[in-house]
Amino acid sequence: MSYIKPKFAHPRLPQNELGFTKKYYEGALSTLCAGCGHDSISASIVDACFELNIEPHKVAKISGIGCSSKTPAYYLSNSHGFNSVHGRMPSVATGANLGNRSLKYLGVSGDGDTASIGMGQFVHAIRRNLNMTYIVMNNGCYGLTKGQDSATADHGSISKSGKENNFEGIDLCALSIQLGATFVAQSFSGDKKQLVPLIKAALSHEGFSFINVISPCVTFNNNVGSTKSYDYVREHSETVSKLDFVPSHEEIKVDYDHSKMKLVEMHDGSTIKLQKVSPEWDPEDKLSIMTALHNAHQSQEILTGLLYLDNESIELNTLLNTTETPLNQLHEKDLCPGNSVLEGICEGLR
Amino acid sequence: MSPTNTQDPEYYHKVVDCQYACPAHTPVPEYIRLIAAGKYTEAYMINWESNVFPGVLGRTCDRPCEPACRRGRVEKEPVAICRLKRVAADNKDDISHLLPTIPTEKNGKRIALIGGGPASLTVARDLAPLGYIIDLYDNHKKGGGMMRSQIPAFRLPVEVLDQEVNYVLDMGINTHFDTYVTSLKDVLDKGYDAVFVGTGAPKGRDLDLPGRQEGSANIYIGIEWLASVAFDHTHKIGKKVIVLGGGNTAMDCCRTSRRLGGEEVKVIVRSPFSEMKASPWEKEDAIHEDIPIMDNHVPKSYVVEDGRLKGMMFEKVIAVVTDGKRNLVPTGEPLVFVEADDVIIAVGQENRFEWIERDLGLEFNKWDMPILDEQTFQSTRSNVFFGGDAALGPKNVITAVAQGHQAAISIDLFCQGEDVKKRPAPFTNLVNTKMGIHEWAYDNDVTNDIRYIVPQADKKLTLTNLKKEVELGFDPHTAFAEAQRCLNCDVQTVFTEKNCIECDACMDVCPTSCITFTINEEEEADLRSNLLVPATDWTQDILVSAPLKTGRVMVKDEDVCLHCGLCAERCPTAAWDMQQYLYNSPKASQLSFV
Ligand SMILES: Cc1cc2nc3c(=O)[nH]c(=O)nc-3n(C[C@H](O)[C@H](O)[C@H](O)COP(=O)(O)OP(=O)(O)OC[C@H]3O[C@@H](n4cnc5c(N)ncnc54)[C@H](O)[C@@H]3O)c2cc1C
Ligand SMILES: Cc1ncc(C[n+]2csc(CCOP(=O)(O)OP(=O)(O)O)c2C)c(N)n1
Ligand code: SF4
Ligand code: SF4
Ligand code: SF4
Ligand SMILES: [Mg+2]
Repeated sequence: MSYIKPKFAHPRLPQNELGFTKKYYEGALSTLCAGCGHDSISASIVDACFELNIEPHKVAKISGIGCSSKTPAYYLSNSHGFNSVHGRMPSVATGANLGNRSLKYLGVSGDGDTASIGMGQFVHAIRRNLNMTYIVMNNGCYGLTKGQDSATADHGSISKSGKENNFEGIDLCALSIQLGATFVAQSFSGDKKQLVPLIKAALSHEGFSFINVISPCVTFNNNVGSTKSYDYVREHSETVSKLDFVPSHEEIKVDYDHSKMKLVEMHDGSTIKLQKVSPEWDPEDKLSIMTALHNAHQSQEILTGLLYLDNESIELNTLLNTTETPLNQLHEKDLCPGNSVLEGICEGLR
Repeated sequence: MSPTNTQDPEYYHKVVDCQYACPAHTPVPEYIRLIAAGKYTEAYMINWESNVFPGVLGRTCDRPCEPACRRGRVEKEPVAICRLKRVAADNKDDISHLLPTIPTEKNGKRIALIGGGPASLTVARDLAPLGYIIDLYDNHKKGGGMMRSQIPAFRLPVEVLDQEVNYVLDMGINTHFDTYVTSLKDVLDKGYDAVFVGTGAPKGRDLDLPGRQEGSANIYIGIEWLASVAFDHTHKIGKKVIVLGGGNTAMDCCRTSRRLGGEEVKVIVRSPFSEMKASPWEKEDAIHEDIPIMDNHVPKSYVVEDGRLKGMMFEKVIAVVTDGKRNLVPTGEPLVFVEADDVIIAVGQENRFEWIERDLGLEFNKWDMPILDEQTFQSTRSNVFFGGDAALGPKNVITAVAQGHQAAISIDLFCQGEDVKKRPAPFTNLVNTKMGIHEWAYDNDVTNDIRYIVPQADKKLTLTNLKKEVELGFDPHTAFAEAQRCLNCDVQTVFTEKNCIECDACMDVCPTSCITFTINEEEEADLRSNLLVPATDWTQDILVSAPLKTGRVMVKDEDVCLHCGLCAERCPTAAWDMQQYLYNSPKASQLSFV
């Protein structure tokens, strides 16, 4: 009897520019239910970080409470991590972010963790344009506590016990856009081809990047009638955009159709190639996407892809003009510059 | 691509790399698990059923299974399959009560076996339990063929050989030892229903160079010399010995010389060291016994002075590749003289069929080898069959055994009036191994241990005693640890399309990236290159599913699957299952130890 991940890897496993294989970005063997959508998202995070050539020690992974919030144990075992209290991931991320600007902040949360107990925290992180990637693994239920309906469960969705949900579900993407999130995407755990480039783009974006990933809970919310089941999501997904991520040093082929394709340069020099599926929709036009989300809601469709992007925003640290040096590297003489400096400050305030 | 047909018994068989590579298709992982469990007798019987000489082979087999072992592809070294077999043989209990009972009432058919080596003995083992009356002829005093006459006792103790030869001879085989058959016609005239020729390749090649005649008192043919040592006729050799040749016979000759008084024994070979025919471990063992191997030296003449051999002259060469052909080109340096009291020629062996009359309807090809059907081993004379070194040229014991099994099937079919081409199917079975949560009927944990080394006896002891076995074998603890290195490749990953909900869990968890869900391709090459890690080893199959709900297919590259069961652990719907596959290749008498 054993449930241990063997150390052996494929002998021809590719290496990235840093000489690491994907194995280096993995974590412990998952203890989630077999087939949980969250595991696929973990795998997509591994893929994205590997492909972005991120040094794992330059990442901080933060989470709240829930099956989704357990996942940081299953990826990036060579990164920093903080598993916080239920719904409090945004506060911890804010504090850490202000304390050290040099890391990439990757927060993961659940729909319960974000849309119920953590709602008050979530909205303020968006409002402040905290420089982080925030992924919600959205299964429409509280998986960890045995599948109660969450605040993102759709009106009319039927639970495993056969009960219909009579409350309106919160649309986290629409909410984020409305509150000023500067990168908003929606995807499905079962579609890595779409999800991995989205995570890469989110990690390359400066400012608050939000990805709502529908992630079926196989144990409590994968039944017929559920709007968050594998089958339902596959049948009702509508791709609004296709996204290709082009690393900073790679040349971009110019032969593309400008009416269908848009190139967006990210802050770190990389580029995303956005292929529009519908002509009415523009990722930089808030109104067009709010309308699209509203229409999709009416017709029971799930829009996936990059929904909204604002590349001109100013993230929190820049806005506050905080020091580039991580706080833990500031010395006493930086923090207590002495009497004369203090007097100068006092003078200035008279 | 169309879905893989896993109903074909060969598909899962091929996944068990070691068993597939074994000419006799011994169910390797099954017996390795039994060794780990301390069930040595059971492990021995599985071997005995397949390869008849587990004690011999556990010490001397050419081990084609080991280069094939999957473990060698995921880390450096394969499982020490061969030496684990020896552990079963050394630690087994008395097995006499497990041996097949031989019917006292015979089936009326008489078979002659010419030659008493492993090929003939295998035919005897397979046919005796069916009631055949069997006469065995061999020119030596005892059975075993070259296992007795050639393989030195320091590699294969006589008691081990005697025991396994006797298991067969005690099945009521009528032995005619000390009988060299000089005419096949005479044998046929005795009215046998079928004759099996297992006479091996008994003739050692000579090397006729200037001085061969004059020096003949101190120049020996390797095979003859080893036989005369084995049968106690030769007890010593000069201090300085040259052994010519680079194969396993040369290795046995030089090592035997070291034990008979040879102090400066040299192996001298034409080709470069890396191209020598001897197995790497045989070369290592020779070097360990202070025997230098001089490569790239072509023998030119025997130097004889005053009627006595003084040594040999050699020309130095280098290997040059021109037009894809490797040639040995003289370096132009002066000839090299190497001193020697005795020279042993070990440059190859040949078949010998002058005792087979050419008017019996038994045709020979231009190399004077019998024309055979390579599946049935039947000759152009329907009641004469061949096997072992006599059939397709010199190979090794396990090949002789495998061919013996095939010939026995043919002889049985022939004697029962059936078509010899109607080969029986293998026995196969596929059994679920799930025992509970995280619990399987096999040890699915993959150990990180590297290959254990078989301890050897002190050189001081082995070089002074011709019969002292060099290898000591694994002790039970080391055997257990080595057995745990086996990946259980016979526990198959069985995929059921209709259960799969495409959650990707198996693809995400697989430690060696074997599983990919992707769109199907017309061409296998395209599909192979689209996998998570492209499947570049075409000797390893890919398992392709039928189309799934999303239209994609599941493709599994069998190449470096660890059989760890994590895919099945993480699958929510048991679309993956770990099922133990038993493949038992057909034999004339289907025994039931597996
Ligand atoms: C020096 C040496 C070392 C070897 N070491 C190994 C090893 O470590 N591992 C391994 O797997 N293989 C080894 N081999 C090869 C192996 O011994 C043979 O491939 C194997 O024994 C062939 O079996 P067989 O039954 O075909 O014939 P053999 O074993 O050759 O048996 C044939 C028998 O028939 C007898 N015979 C021949 N003609 C007649 C006749 N006309 N009448 C009566 N009897 C006759 C022969 O004397 C012999 O006893 C070695 C070979 C040599 C030469
Ligand atoms: C303060 C507090 N309140 C309640 C809980 C109980 N609790 C644990 S997980 C959870 C909901 C998790 O749901 P979600 O964030 O959607 O995660 P999932 O398990 O569905 O991935 C709740 C209510 C808790 N751990 N802490
Ligand atoms: S309970 Fe649901 S969300 Fe939690 S691990 Fe199981 S399948 Fe995933
Ligand atoms: S790992 Fe075990 S079962 Fe697999 S090829 Fe090697 S010996 Fe055979
Ligand atoms: S048993 Fe399954 S998980 Fe393990 S290596 Fe093989 S395919 Fe991968
Ligand atoms: Mg949830």
